Amino acid sequence: MEWSRILTQVLGELVAPTTAAYALAAIGLNLHFGYTGLLNMGQAGFMLLGAYGFAIASMHGASVVVALLVAIACGAVFAAVLGIPTLKLRGDYLAIVTISAAEIIRMVGRSTMFDDWTGGSSGLRGDQYTAGFQALSPLPDGRTTIGPLTYLNNGFDSWWLRLVAWGVVALAVVFVLLVTRSPWGRVLKGIREDEDAVRALGKNVFAYKMQALVLGGVMGALAGVLYTLPRSVQPDGMGRSMTFFVWTVLLLGGAATLFGPVLGSMLFFALYMLLRAGMRVALPDGFVSATQIEQIGGMLVGVTLMALVIFRPQGILGNRKELAFDVR
Amino acid sequence: MSAEMSSPTTAVEAAAAAAADPASAEAVQVARDLTFVEPRVGVAKPDAVLVVDGVQRRFGGMTAVDVDHLEVQRGAITALIGPNGAGKTTLFNLLTGFDTPNQGSWTFDGRSLAGRSGAAVARAGMVRTFQLTKALSRLTVLQNMLLATPRHPGERLGLSWLPFLWRAREREATEKALEILARFKLDAKKDDFAGALSGGQRKLLEMARALMTDPTVIMLDEPMAGVNPALVQSLLGHVQALRDEGMTVVFVEHDMHAVRHISDWVVVMAEGRIVAEGPPGTVMQDQAVVDAYLGAHHDTDLGDDALLDPAVLARLEAEATGRQSAPETDHQEEQR
Amino acid sequence: MTADRPTCRPRAGTRGRRLLIFLAALAAPALLAVAPAQAATAATDATTAAAAAAACRPDDATACVAVLVLGAENARVPDAQATITGPGGFTADVTTAADAVAAVAVPQPGTYTVELDPATLPDDAPLPDGAATTVEVTAQTGSTARAAFRVGEAAAAPAPSATASGLASGSGSGSGSGSASSAAPGGTAADDAGGAASEGDAATGSITPAQVWQQLGSGLRFGLLLALASVGLSLIYGTTGLSSFSHGEQVTLGALMAFVTINAWGLHPVLGGIVTVAVCAATGWLQDAGIWRPLRRRGTPLTQLMIVTIGLSITLQFLIQLVIGGGSQRILTSNPRPVTVGPFTLTEASWWAMGIALVVILGIAAFLTRTRIGRATRAVSDNPALASATGIDPHRIVRIVWVMSAGLAGLAGMLLGIVFGSFNWMMGMQMLLLMFAATTLGGLGTAYGALVGSIVIGLVVELSNLVLPSDLRYASALVILILVLLVRPQGILGRRERIG
Repeated sequence: MEWSRILTQVLGELVAPTTAAYALAAIGLNLHFGYTGLLNMGQAGFMLLGAYGFAIASMHGASVVVALLVAIACGAVFAAVLGIPTLKLRGDYLAIVTISAAEIIRMVGRSTMFDDWTGGSSGLRGDQYTAGFQALSPLPDGRTTIGPLTYLNNGFDSWWLRLVAWGVVALAVVFVLLVTRSPWGRVLKGIREDEDAVRALGKNVFAYKMQALVLGGVMGALAGVLYTLPRSVQPDGMGRSMTFFVWTVLLLGGAATLFGPVLGSMLFFALYMLLRAGMRVALPDGFVSATQIEQIGGMLVGVTLMALVIFRPQGILGNRKELAFDVR
Repeated sequence: MSAEMSSPTTAVEAAAAAAADPASAEAVQVARDLTFVEPRVGVAKPDAVLVVDGVQRRFGGMTAVDVDHLEVQRGAITALIGPNGAGKTTLFNLLTGFDTPNQGSWTFDGRSLAGRSGAAVARAGMVRTFQLTKALSRLTVLQNMLLATPRHPGERLGLSWLPFLWRAREREATEKALEILARFKLDAKKDDFAGALSGGQRKLLEMARALMTDPTVIMLDEPMAGVNPALVQSLLGHVQALRDEGMTVVFVEHDMHAVRHISDWVVVMAEGRIVAEGPPGTVMQDQAVVDAYLGAHHDTDLGDDALLDPAVLARLEAEATGRQSAPETDHQEEQR
Repeated sequence: MTADRPTCRPRAGTRGRRLLIFLAALAAPALLAVAPAQAATAATDATTAAAAAAACRPDDATACVAVLVLGAENARVPDAQATITGPGGFTADVTTAADAVAAVAVPQPGTYTVELDPATLPDDAPLPDGAATTVEVTAQTGSTARAAFRVGEAAAAPAPSATASGLASGSGSGSGSGSASSAAPGGTAADDAGGAASEGDAATGSITPAQVWQQLGSGLRFGLLLALASVGLSLIYGTTGLSSFSHGEQVTLGALMAFVTINAWGLHPVLGGIVTVAVCAATGWLQDAGIWRPLRRRGTPLTQLMIVTIGLSITLQFLIQLVIGGGSQRILTSNPRPVTVGPFTLTEASWWAMGIALVVILGIAAFLTRTRIGRATRAVSDNPALASATGIDPHRIVRIVWVMSAGLAGLAGMLLGIVFGSFNWMMGMQMLLLMFAATTLGGLGTAYGALVGSIVIGLVVELSNLVLPSDLRYASALVILILVLLVRPQGILGRRERIG
C-alpha cells in the first residue's frame, strides 16, 4: 500500500508540469550545447526572466498571448545581450558570462530595489498572474482520473496545465526535429565540431551561434513560464542549482539526441521521487529527517551527474561516436 | 646540402616539360605567361588575382609577417615555401581573414579584402584549408561536403523547418558532392563519420569540401603534411587537376621536393619576409634562398661553416637591403 | 611558434582599476534601473530604508535585528508587537510601523529568536493557520538580520522548510513562513544571495568620505581574501585548462573545517587554522589522485571535466548541508573587537585575516618566481608539451597545484567565515562566481591577474554598497565582469590569444 502510493507518486512525476518544464528547458539547452556546442550555464536565468516577463505582463493587464510574447522577447533579448560579447570568444567565456548573468537576474529579481515589480525575495504568487491562463481552459470543472492519477481539470495543478505543458514540449520536439535535420542544423553541428572550418567555408559562424542561442534561450524562457504556472515566481528557487539540474536532465537523456531531454527529464524526476519517497518509507522512523532526505537526494544527483559524464557521456539515447563533447 | 638543388631546370625547360605532359593547354599557357616574368621579389604578374601590399603582422616585439608587395597569378599554382616559423601560415591567416594585420591592404579580383571576416573572404571566392585538418569528425563525409554548399536556402533558420523550400537545392548539392567525392575516391566512404578517415583521406576530404564552394582561389595550408607518402603523389595530382580546371592554387609547404614538380611559381619566405620568388627551378638555384632558407631552418646542421662566413653574411645583408629599401631589423630567434 | 610578450605595463592595471570603479558606480544603476517609474519606487524604498537605518544603524561593531510583518501585496502591517530574545538574557520588545522597519541593536552577534504576538495583528490579517510565531535569525555585526512574518488570507501555505530557515538565518532577511516551496529539486535546493553578507546597507542619503574610506577598507579586505581563493582557481585553469566549479565548495569546506576545529573542538584559532588548511590541502590531493588524474589519463575532454566539477560541486554542497544544516554557523564565538588604523575601522580578526592573506599571497608569488617547482608550474601553464619535453613531470606539477589550491581555498574560506562573522553552506557558491569574475578580469590562467582581478572585485563589491542596495553588491561585480569582457576579453593582464 505504501509502495503502491509511491509508485503512483512516481507515475505522477512522469507527467507533472515541472517535468515538462525541465524537458523544455533541456530541449533549449540541447540546441545550445548538444547541437552547437555552446556552454550555456545560465539556463535558469532564461527561465526566471521568462517567468518574470510572463507574470509581470499578466499582472499589468496583458492577455496570455501578449504575456507569452513578452516572455519570448525577454529570452531573446537576454540571449542577444549575452551573445554579443561572448560568442566570438572561447567557449568558457560564454559559460562564465551566462552563469553570472543568470545570477544577476536572480539578484536583481530578489532585490528590494524592484520590489513593486518582482515582489523581492518572496517573489510573485501564482494567483497574481495565472488567471488569464486558467480562463483559457476548455475543460469542464471537476476531477478526472486517468489510470491511477487523479487531478483537477482546471486550476493550479491541473490536467489543463499538463495538457498545455506537454503540448508545448511536443511542439518543441517537432520543431527541433525539423531544424536539426535541415542544412541549418548541419551548420550548427559543423560549428560544434570546429567553427574555424565552417568559417572557412563561408558561413557566418557568429550569426548561426546567435540564432541557436536565441532559439534555445526562448525555449528556456517558455520553460520558465511552464515551471511557474503551477506555483509562484521564486527567484531563489531558480538559481544555479536549477541550471545544473537541467544539465543533468540533458546529459542523462543524451545530448544531441531528439528525445534525450524529454526522456531525461521524465527519468530524472521519476527516479528522484522514487529515491526520496523510497528513503522515507524504507528507512526507520527518526533515522533521517525530511530535510536530510532532500539533502541526500541532492547529493545523489551530484554523484549521478559525475558518474554519467565520466562513464556514459552520451547519455541513455546518445551515440558514442556522435558525442556532443568536444574532443579537442 | 645542395643535392636537391642541383638539377638546373630553367623556366623554359619547365614550360617545355609541362607541354610534354599531356596536361591541358591552359596549364601550358600559364607556364608560358610566367616564363617571361622576371624572378624578382614583388614583381608584377600578367594577370594577378591576388595583390598584397605592405601587410605587416607583429606579435609583441616580433614581426611575424612583413610583406611589401606580392602578386599571385590567376590560374597558376603558386607555392609559398619557407622554413618553419617563416610566417607562411600567418600570412595565409591574414589573407583569408583568420587574423588581422597591424597594417596593409590586399585585393582579390580587384576588390579589397582587408578587414573582411574569414567567412566573407570565403564567400568572395577564396577558400582555404588548414594545416591540421579540420575534417568535422562527427559529421559524415557527405555531410561534410554538403556543409560547404554555398547559398543554401535550407541554411537560413527561417526556411530550415520547411523542407519543401530547399529540397531541390539539397538534391542538386548532393549530386555535386557525390561527383566530387568520386573524383577524390571518397564516394565509398560517404556515410562514414569523417573522424574515421585516415590522415590523407581527411586532407582529400578537406580539399573536396573546399571545391564545393566553387572557389576562384583555393589556398592549401601544407596539404602534404602528415600524409602517407604513398598518397602524396595522388594528392599532388589533385592539386594539378584543380589548376587545370582553371582554379588558382596557392599552397604552403616547407618541403621543397613536393613543390618543384607541380608549382608554376614559388614564393620563398623567411623570417616574415619574402626573400625570393620565381619559377621553381630558378628560385631553388638562388644561393640567397638556399642560405636564407636553411639559415633559419630548425634542423640545419649548425656546423655548416658557410653560415658563419662573414663574407656570406655580408653578401646576404647587401642583397636584403638591395631588394628592400627598408633597413634590415633585428629578428629575434624566438621561434619554437 | 613565437613566444608572445605581455605588452601591458603594470600601470595599465591601476588605471584600469580606477576606470572600473568608476564604471561600477555609473553603469550598474544605469543597466539595472530601466523605467522612470521604477526609479521613482526605488527612491521611495531608499527613504524607508533610511528610516529603518535610523532606528538601528549596523556598523562594524553593531548588529541589528529587524522585524517585518508583511500583509497582502507585501505591505507592512503596523502596530504588531514582537519580542526579540537572544544570548546573554537579551530581550527587547518592538512594535512595527507602516513606514519603517522596526529594528533594534543587539549587544552581540548570535542567534536571536523573534516571537510575534498574534493578538496584536489586525483582525483582517491574522497569522495563517499553523504558521510559526517564532523565527530564528542570526545577527552579525555590520548587518541587519530581518525576521519577516507573512500574514493575511493571501499568505501561502506556511511551512517554514529547512530552506526557508536557511534563508532566514543565512541572508539576514528571511521569511518566517515561506510561500509554498515546490517539490521540485530546483525549489528545495534554492540558492540565495547574501548568504555570506557582512556589511550593512549603506545606501542611505549622501555619501560621506568616512563611508568611502570604510568601504575601501572592506573592499581591500574582501579583495585580498578573495585573491587567496582565486589564485588557486587560476592556477588550476592555467595548468590544466579546467574551470573548476567545485572550487567554491573547497572554500566552504575551509569554513566548515574551521568551524569544526575552532568552534566545536575548541582549538586555538592558529592550531585550528593549521588543521583546516592541512585537511583542505589533503582533499585537493585526494581529488587529483581519485578523480582528475585518472580522467586526464583517459584523455577526457575539458568540457566533460568541467561538468564533472559541477557534479562534484552539487555533491559537496549537499554534503556540507548535511553536516552543518541549512543555517549559518560561527567560527569564532567571541565578540569581534573593532580596531581603527588610519581611516579604516575593521574588526581585529579582519586585520589578522588581511595580514595572513597578504603574507600568503607574497609567499605564493615568491614560490612561483623563485623556486624550481614554482617556475615549473609556470612553465606547465605556458606550454605543457614543451615543459614535459624539458624534463618537468606535468602530472606532478598538477598534483602540487591541486593540493595548493585546495589549501588556499580552505584558508580563504576560514578567513572569510571569520571576517564575515558567520558562514553557511552557500558561501563558497557565492564566492565562486566572484572568483570567476576575478580570474577572468585579471586574465584567465595568470596568477597575478587573479590577484589584481580579486582586488578589483573586492573594491567593486564594497564600493557599490555606497550607491546600491546591499543585496545587489555581488550583481554589480558580475556586471563589471560582463562589461570588461566587452572591451578587453583577455582581461586586464591577459594576453590576446593567437589564432592559427
